[in-house]
Amino acid sequence: MTRYIGGRLLQALMVLWGAYTTAYLILYLLPGDPLSIMLNASGVDVDSLSPADLARARSFYGLDRGMLAQYFTRLWAALHGDFGNSLNANVSVWSLISARLPQTLALGGLAIAFSLIFGIGFAWVASYVTWLPLKSVLNRLPSLGFSIPIFWLGLVLIEIFAFRLGWFPSTGNDGFASLVLPAATLSVPSMAVYAQVLIRGLNETWREPFIATAWAKGLTRAEIQRRHVFRNAILPVLTLVGMQIGHTVSGAVIIETLFARAGVGRLVQESVLRQDIPVVLAVVVLSATVFVVINLSIDLLYSLLDPRVARAPRVT
Amino acid sequence: MDNLPAVGGRAVFPQREWAERVGHLVARARSLTHRPGFALATVFLAFVLAAAAAPTLLTHYQPYATSPTERLVVPGATHLFGTDALGRDLYARVIHGASLSVEAALIAIGIALSGGLVLGLFAGFAGGWVDAVIMRCVDVVLALPVLLLSLAVVTAIGFGTLPVAIAVGIGIVPGFARTTRAEVLRVRTLPYVESARLGGASRTYTLMRHVLPNCRGPVAALAILDFGSAILSVASLSFLGFGASPPASDWGDLIADGRDFLITAPWVSL
Repeated sequence: MTRYIGGRLLQALMVLWGAYTTAYLILYLLPGDPLSIMLNASGVDVDSLSPADLARARSFYGLDRGMLAQYFTRLWAALHGDFGNSLNANVSVWSLISARLPQTLALGGLAIAFSLIFGIGFAWVASYVTWLPLKSVLNRLPSLGFSIPIFWLGLVLIEIFAFRLGWFPSTGNDGFASLVLPAATLSVPSMAVYAQVLIRGLNETWREPFIATAWAKGLTRAEIQRRHVFRNAILPVLTLVGMQIGHTVSGAVIIETLFARAGVGRLVQESVLRQDIPVVLAVVVLSATVFVVINLSIDLLYSLLDPRVARAPRVT
Repeated sequence: MDNLPAVGGRAVFPQREWAERVGHLVARARSLTHRPGFALATVFLAFVLAAAAAPTLLTHYQPYATSPTERLVVPGATHLFGTDALGRDLYARVIHGASLSVEAALIAIGIALSGGLVLGLFAGFAGGWVDAVIMRCVDVVLALPVLLLSLAVVTAIGFGTLPVAIAVGIGIVPGFARTTRAEVLRVRTLPYVESARLGGASRTYTLMRHVLPNCRGPVAALAILDFGSAILSVASLSFLGFGASPPASDWGDLIADGRDFLITAPWVSL
């Protein structure tokens, strides 16, 4: 067991390092001239600078050293939580992010809660009803859910709930009311995925032989669903929650832009527009960290729920 | 794949067989029309592709022609989807936007397909440490959200339809690499590959002639599936403002434009 946890931890660290390296390669090596992008981002016109100024700027950003030296200096600093300064705002990247993180965490958390509650609830109902026309409609509805672009869905929700009905504010980030619409929009794709998988799991479990035993014991339909079917079908959804974190992070970028919320997602959108390389790098690494940590804890949780997982032979 | 010589003779069928084949096709098409969902999807897809290929056939309005007197007109008979803040016909803009969106998605899929095929073939056929290194890299990239990866690429190479398409393409390369590798691993143990090697064919020849054509099934299916999500990703990125530069616009842009007038003119976004 200890060995399993140790292995998973090491693997997670490797993935993080790889994520940092990938993002670093894309951001610092892909552009032909990072210096001109950086100077543009900090509001300086490149053409107006003399060669001496350019050389000074180059050494200021640390671009005059060798490729590997740059990489290791930045990696070492990043390991200490120092992602440098934002090119545009001239404050440290970390202070920018930490100022906005709570907003995004609240949004993401609520969205995940929504998607789990409604996704599982939906699947429960869809598998519980016996009237065939309704059942087949409910079974097909989720596939619609993840093919709708969320920015479009968000606009429709704003139109209905903010402008027609006036229940929730359409934009801004003050209080819980302004959180409802964005979180609801963000939760729809994941909700659809959970519902889809859980419906299939439930329907399959209903056909298992032990369900016949449960019927024979005289349990009601509701009791069988709750005690036998649901508990067997829910495990795959747990894995999916980890997979969906990535979608929630991507979705947050779109949703925060759409609803004009000051969160990390919006920060990314602004930074990309201004080509603020350090901020983008930091957010990519941060989201990879969130992804890795959540998946790691789900894996460990899994092995607690089902001890066979940790002892299973490695599949390559 | 197209430059490979056609396998087997494409014999000209005699008249009667042709008739049979056509009859068969008609029967098949008829059975498909009994599934209205499929028929609807086909019609819609044909419409979008037609719009992408020849937008002028489907609308007589110019997408960029403004008419100040007809600003924010409600959808109706003359303007099917209404007009936007500059009096541009939205139906025409959607139709013309289709070609940009489809084009960007095609480029993205093209990049993903070629990159993924090369990586996957290489990893699957070489095996050993090459395989291990490539697949670990792929795993790492898979751990990053596709949108963030695309955003990083866009930051590095700039804005516009082409960079967005490239960014989305790079984002979905790992999925293709994985599928291709799995297929190559399956195919290369099959007897006919072994016999081709025993028969003296070189590694490259075997790879191109026997392995590649036989692993196209799942990869092609993935390409078609990803086409839809590529259109969505491209639309997301241009919705965020990194896509086509005005006055051209694709679907994501159109929706973002509409956002500003949501209160007064909700039809712009829809």
